[in-house]
Amino acid sequence: MASIDIRAVHKRFGAATVLSGVDLQIVAGDFVVILGPSGCGKSTLLRLVAGLETITSGEIAIDGRVVNALEPRERGCAMVFQNYALYPHMSVADNIGYALKVAGVGKAERMRRIEEVAQTLGLSPYLTRKPSALSGGQRQRVAMGRAMIREPRVFLFDEPLSNLDAQLRVQLRAEIRRLHKRLGVTSIFVTHDQMEAMTLADTLVVMNGGKIEQIGTPSAVYETPASRFVAAFIGSPPMNLAEGIVDADGAFRADVAAWSGLAPHAGTALAGRRAIVGLRPEKAVVLSEPAAGALPATVEFTEEYGAGRVVHLDLGGKTFAAATQASAPPVGASVWLSVQHADAHLFDAESGLRVAPSGGAA
Amino acid sequence: MDKSGLVERTPILDVVTQTLLFLALAVSMGPFLIVAIAASQNLHDVNQAPMAFWPGQDFVANVQAAWTRADLGVKLLNSLIFALGVAVGKVALASLSAFSIVFFSYRGRRVFFWLTFMTLMLPLEVRIVPTYAVAANVLSPYQSLLEVSGIAALLHRLLGVTVDLHYGLLDSYGGLILPLIATATGTFLYRQFFLTLPDELVEAAKMDGARPLRFFFEILLPLSRSNMAALFTIMFVWGWNDYLWPLLVTTQAAHRTAIVGLRELVPGLNGIPEWNIAMAGTLVVMAPPLLLVILTQRWFERGLVATEK
Repeated sequence: MASIDIRAVHKRFGAATVLSGVDLQIVAGDFVVILGPSGCGKSTLLRLVAGLETITSGEIAIDGRVVNALEPRERGCAMVFQNYALYPHMSVADNIGYALKVAGVGKAERMRRIEEVAQTLGLSPYLTRKPSALSGGQRQRVAMGRAMIREPRVFLFDEPLSNLDAQLRVQLRAEIRRLHKRLGVTSIFVTHDQMEAMTLADTLVVMNGGKIEQIGTPSAVYETPASRFVAAFIGSPPMNLAEGIVDADGAFRADVAAWSGLAPHAGTALAGRRAIVGLRPEKAVVLSEPAAGALPATVEFTEEYGAGRVVHLDLGGKTFAAATQASAPPVGASVWLSVQHADAHLFDAESGLRVAPSGGAA
Repeated sequence: MDKSGLVERTPILDVVTQTLLFLALAVSMGPFLIVAIAASQNLHDVNQAPMAFWPGQDFVANVQAAWTRADLGVKLLNSLIFALGVAVGKVALASLSAFSIVFFSYRGRRVFFWLTFMTLMLPLEVRIVPTYAVAANVLSPYQSLLEVSGIAALLHRLLGVTVDLHYGLLDSYGGLILPLIATATGTFLYRQFFLTLPDELVEAAKMDGARPLRFFFEILLPLSRSNMAALFTIMFVWGWNDYLWPLLVTTQAAHRTAIVGLRELVPGLNGIPEWNIAMAGTLVVMAPPLLLVILTQRWFERGLVATEK
């Protein structure tokens, strides 16, 4: 178990800046998920921690010791790669035990530990096989075993589940979670899949454009997104967003007039400036009868999810998604959207940052 | 891999291609057959015109005669040492230089690669004079450097010492083998293979704590086994069959190779036309590379066409 301190880290590849000033403190034993779109620098950040890339400027410390100049093998990190990166010519047992062999651990001890790890991961029957004779899920388990056997201070996962099918992904996700609970090793998990991120993370880090947008628990990030980017990126279906202007009285006037009703009282913090108002699909209630304050809309189509459905509505000419448990209204039906103004999120259109709707600090 | 699904039904074309194949086989096997038949005939039969196309009964006697006359025992051993040395040396050097070119970044690495690559276009015959000069005196490049730069003259004037660096390799196994072990083909073959390996493999090894040499020996080399077999086979056959270089570098019988030795079996202008014995010797000399190719064929093909994943 180790804490990790990432301080003002920049990374440039030639002229391209990939990371511009990343600060992240990770407490020992935490499971941190870094989430972001492709190209946001999340994998690069992970590789900087691993020592596979060199830091342009800034510092990374593991357990208080700056590791900038250390080789990967000296950092005590183990890594699981997206495409498994198993040694094709070695058996499963040799793959898992290779780090121990390199470290000079004796054969008997090595075999004992290989068997122990294989037991944990359900790989015991496959120890003599070559990686090419394994399924994708088994291969990724071998890759995890290879990381586990070293009893590292830090686990690094670089999108390890991306190449697996949906069912296996869910299964391995649970296994990773269980393993972390048992071993308690500080882990950094990089992914672009928000479901994976939300379900796995103790701490969720959202990155965009080489910067950290928000750090928090998954529920905090979901409920109070720190920026327009986070609001739009997290949540499926995504948050409904409308841009408009806040007038001197603090009332929100959306560019699409019908959307003004989402947050009539935006507050005076943004008075006279452009703002973005957002509302999560599950916060809107679809009514089949008019009600006080409800916004009239028509049904465009419905997406069925089994446990619920998402109704896409035409609200003043722009599509509004509403998630509901109730049965879906027919296409073309007139419905009314009931929203709680307190559920609305408000962002400064210029900076993209969150602003508390009542005014004052977010 | 079975790609027969791509083949369409074309009965006439099938017959034509099969016929062509058999014709080609006959053309390529024909000379070999003549050699084998001639090697089994006696002096009288082999000199009939036209030559009789049935085997005689003197094969063993002819081989024995060829063996003693050309001292094939020693020469085959020399050939074996020469071809093995060249093949092993080339495989080792090529894999190491490709390892350096692909996995390390340093200044001028591209230049080095392209310089190496360009020598592909220069066969041994083209650079045989300078190569011979180096074999005759390994230190000659340094000697010329000293002379051209004027240091030799300076030393002579100041100290009265005449610089004469000399270390010759002629008439030795070292001289036969060492000047030939650099190989652009091999380096290129290895480079192309190394480039197909995913970066993550290197990174996984790094994370597992393997240093570069360990990675080279425990991961890269086992993965390139079939490449190695292919390169080894090609280079062994090439070395075995090379005539010009061993002829130049060796002057004493003790270091002559079998191919060069075959000349001793070729009848002279006014000698007895013992072509049966010459052919028997030829058969013996061509056997080892043939055997090697047959034995390594499976690996050999894999190394040339596919990469193991």
